[in-house]
Amino acid sequence: MMRLQDILSPFYVWKRAFEKPFSIAVLSAPRPGSPTYRGFHQNDIDKCIGCGTCAEICQNVSIDMVPVKEAQDGDSGLRPRIDYGRCCWCALCVDICPTGSLTMSNAYTWVEEGLDRDVRETYCYTPGADPQPWDDEALGYRKPEGYELLHLERVPMPHLAPGERLNSFVEMVKGYSHELAVQEADRCIQCGICTATCPAHMNIPAYIKAIREDKIAEGLKILYETNPLPGVCGRICTRRCEDVCALSHRGEAISIRWLKRYLTDCASAEDYKALLESEIKPLDRKIAIIGAGPGGLSAAYYLAGMGYAVEIFEQNAAAGGMLRYGIPEYRLPYTKLDQDVAQIAALGVKFNYNACIGRDLSFDDLYNRFDAVFVSVGMFEPYRIGIPGDDNAKVISGLQLLSDVTNGVPVDLGRRVVVVGGGNVAMDAARTAKRLGCEVTVLYRRREVDMPADVEEIEEAREESVNFIFQAIPLEIKTADDGSLSFDWGKAEMVQQKPGERPQPILIEGSRENIAADTIIAAIGQGVNYLWMDGEASAKIELKKFRVQADRWGRTADTKIFIGGDMFNPTADAITAIADGHRSARAIDKMLNPPREN
Amino acid sequence: MENLYPPIVDGKSVYDLDSQKYLKMWQGPQHPGVTGNMSLELDISGDQVVKCKAHVGYLHRGFEKLMERRRYINCFPIVCRICVPEPDTNEYLFAAAMEDLLGLDIPERAKWLRTLNLELSRLASFVMWLGGQSGAFGMGTVAQWCLAHRDYVLDLFEEWTGARIYHMYMTPGGVRGGLPEGWDAHAEKVLDGIYKLLDEIRHVMFNNAIFKQRAKGLGVITPDMFDRFGIVGPNVRGSGSTRDIRKDTPYLIYDQLDFEAVTEQGGDVYARAKVRWREVYQSIDLIRQILKNMPRKGPLHITLPNVLHLKVPAGETYVRAESTRGEYGYYMVSDGSEYPRKVTVRGPSYTHAMALLEHLAVGVNTADVAGLMVSLHTYPPEIER
Repeated sequence: MMRLQDILSPFYVWKRAFEKPFSIAVLSAPRPGSPTYRGFHQNDIDKCIGCGTCAEICQNVSIDMVPVKEAQDGDSGLRPRIDYGRCCWCALCVDICPTGSLTMSNAYTWVEEGLDRDVRETYCYTPGADPQPWDDEALGYRKPEGYELLHLERVPMPHLAPGERLNSFVEMVKGYSHELAVQEADRCIQCGICTATCPAHMNIPAYIKAIREDKIAEGLKILYETNPLPGVCGRICTRRCEDVCALSHRGEAISIRWLKRYLTDCASAEDYKALLESEIKPLDRKIAIIGAGPGGLSAAYYLAGMGYAVEIFEQNAAAGGMLRYGIPEYRLPYTKLDQDVAQIAALGVKFNYNACIGRDLSFDDLYNRFDAVFVSVGMFEPYRIGIPGDDNAKVISGLQLLSDVTNGVPVDLGRRVVVVGGGNVAMDAARTAKRLGCEVTVLYRRREVDMPADVEEIEEAREESVNFIFQAIPLEIKTADDGSLSFDWGKAEMVQQKPGERPQPILIEGSRENIAADTIIAAIGQGVNYLWMDGEASAKIELKKFRVQADRWGRTADTKIFIGGDMFNPTADAITAIADGHRSARAIDKMLNPPREN
Repeated sequence: MENLYPPIVDGKSVYDLDSQKYLKMWQGPQHPGVTGNMSLELDISGDQVVKCKAHVGYLHRGFEKLMERRRYINCFPIVCRICVPEPDTNEYLFAAAMEDLLGLDIPERAKWLRTLNLELSRLASFVMWLGGQSGAFGMGTVAQWCLAHRDYVLDLFEEWTGARIYHMYMTPGGVRGGLPEGWDAHAEKVLDGIYKLLDEIRHVMFNNAIFKQRAKGLGVITPDMFDRFGIVGPNVRGSGSTRDIRKDTPYLIYDQLDFEAVTEQGGDVYARAKVRWREVYQSIDLIRQILKNMPRKGPLHITLPNVLHLKVPAGETYVRAESTRGEYGYYMVSDGSEYPRKVTVRGPSYTHAMALLEHLAVGVNTADVAGLMVSLHTYPPEIER
């Protein structure tokens, strides 16, 4: 049905001729993108750690990680370079950025003049490093509130309750169950920042992946590639990997240490045995290792794996060094240490216990009998407090207490114990004393934030009701009439002596306070015992400031003698000692260069 | 039902080009009268089409295959590209299929925001289509108006999601953000403009003698063709059916909205245009309902297991939603690995643009082929995903 209206109605369009046009003149008045527009990237180059997760999630492979800065712990020195010929502006890179450094501006026009550059270079830039007009643009896409691709919170580790802990030396950390471990392993973004920082460069992302996929045997094998004491490190490692974990920037680091522990705890005896299956061709070379601590054990494991005949000389009655005699059982059960040592012994390493070089055997003898000597004697000489009265028999060292407890020697500390020091040994001594039923007070020269001990250790000590007195400088130890000790200390103030240096504690004039104690435990550090440097063979070794001089392979002035562990590296922890042992093992192999059949 | 294809005698088509009674004409792949990159191979006699063959494949980008080599999270930015004018249905269905296999339920607020997003993108797609339909019959003016108003909707998307075309907003697990401040007022302004535009379109398109004359009786879809050609969406509703996934199997929060399936009788191009025109009104109404009733506080997203190595439990699922063209479905198969084993995209354009169009085009005047093709509302990228 056609009506007249149908003929006239279309002329309605003429109405529009008198209205404002829809179009806008973009060239004369550029239209900015909306406040949350996904435009060209911005990167806070100092906040960025170069973890490469943006490049990992980019589905168009439009992000390359290129060197921009010097690499350092926790920063690969690489920064994302974005190719806008590939970018699809999905902003997943912004969403997943663990540090939150990567954002997008609302700029969407970029005119590149001249196309004389390589086509692969055009419309590419490294945000933050290559200046762009939109670098300081405040508007643009940011990861919205409440939307998170990463799991920033750690799966909590079950612990024994503080009250329960004090009754015994039972290990206080219970360990992850399968479910919790997989859940924690799932958080890992596999960036590998941890691997670069770990002194032993353990392939952390790979073994975490093995946990996720429930391939325990494979995970154990990965551990042993760089660390022959994984059971130990899974408990007491200083875990610098976790300090730099990419997730720690906006959330909590992956529990790398506990995951390693999970692997060693659930690996079966068959899994351990399987590691020994590869055939080792014996070499006609003999290596002596002095000290069965982590450094010596590590060197022994890798040298024995290469086919050397390895003999370890240890002054104590069992292997482990500081691991056994310096760490209480509630942190590292002896059975776990024994398991790791047994695995090393199974490679054919010969252990000579109660053999102190310089006392029971001479260094010259070893030097002549063996092709190379690796020395890793650790630091077992405790420092004294250095105040009047510190030679009292009731003033003992932290190390003394810890090794006595290990050896099962009965200790009588009395009721009141004062621990002097703020490091891990001080914490271990204080908490061991607590477990022996004492009232414990820790005296430390500086503030709590300055304490070298692990934050966890301090917290746990608090939970176990250890008292702390900070900024306390020991002055004098006197014997009271009842035979107990009277310990005088003075309050210190923190003085910034030089800009950039950490403040020094300075005694406040006239301050003098007193605390009564039955035993005083000094835990203010240890030095190296040089008893082994007795004969002619070690004459070539250079000492500087009481430290043996060696190159980065641990090789001393005498190329047959290598050193490692606490006596060599400044960090003085187990994982660095393990790394030292592995490194020197390779250096020794390179030096001896024994003939091998292919 | 008559034979679909022309009879072949002695191994040759009865439309023998050598007889000079017939002419072969290609419409597309580069032709203003086709919807996107596809082409029609027309055998014409005089002004009449005697045979039509649809050719697709010019836009094949292999999305389904690409997805088999990508982690789930990396599929999320590419699925929207399967359909340019209405990408959000893809985003929703991909996320929904994944959530189904993972056994996840997303937060309530995210459901409302997803519905809002889907409805807004339906609105933009319909408005653009109205322009296309009118343009295909020679009325470019309406096309200009419609594209301008679609751009206003894109402005809304830009403010909300940070992008105009590919919003990449409905990430698996929820949505990427809430509505920015002042968005509702801006949206109301745009909806108001479109509301007025619809009235103008009524004047110049539906009351237009030429449009009426050309569109009425053209490309009639009869009820016996529904199942035979798998006709869905406004194409089937233009013939009196009430098929609408939003009503038949409600998803997200469509069951909490007040609306009825829009139907028209007649089944021709005019009726289908009327359905879509009325559906724009419906979309405006639904968007207003959503903005009024939507929760403004609450979580937007549940954190999935680490997306960099997310494994989806083995299984298969089919999820569907009502796009502007009708039922849009995702069939996803997981073998339990980090990559989808297979994702099949069921785009409604496939049957409409090929079998149905080939059937309807026979007997049509060559000048009306473009109008007929647009009236089926087909988007080639979703045919060749």
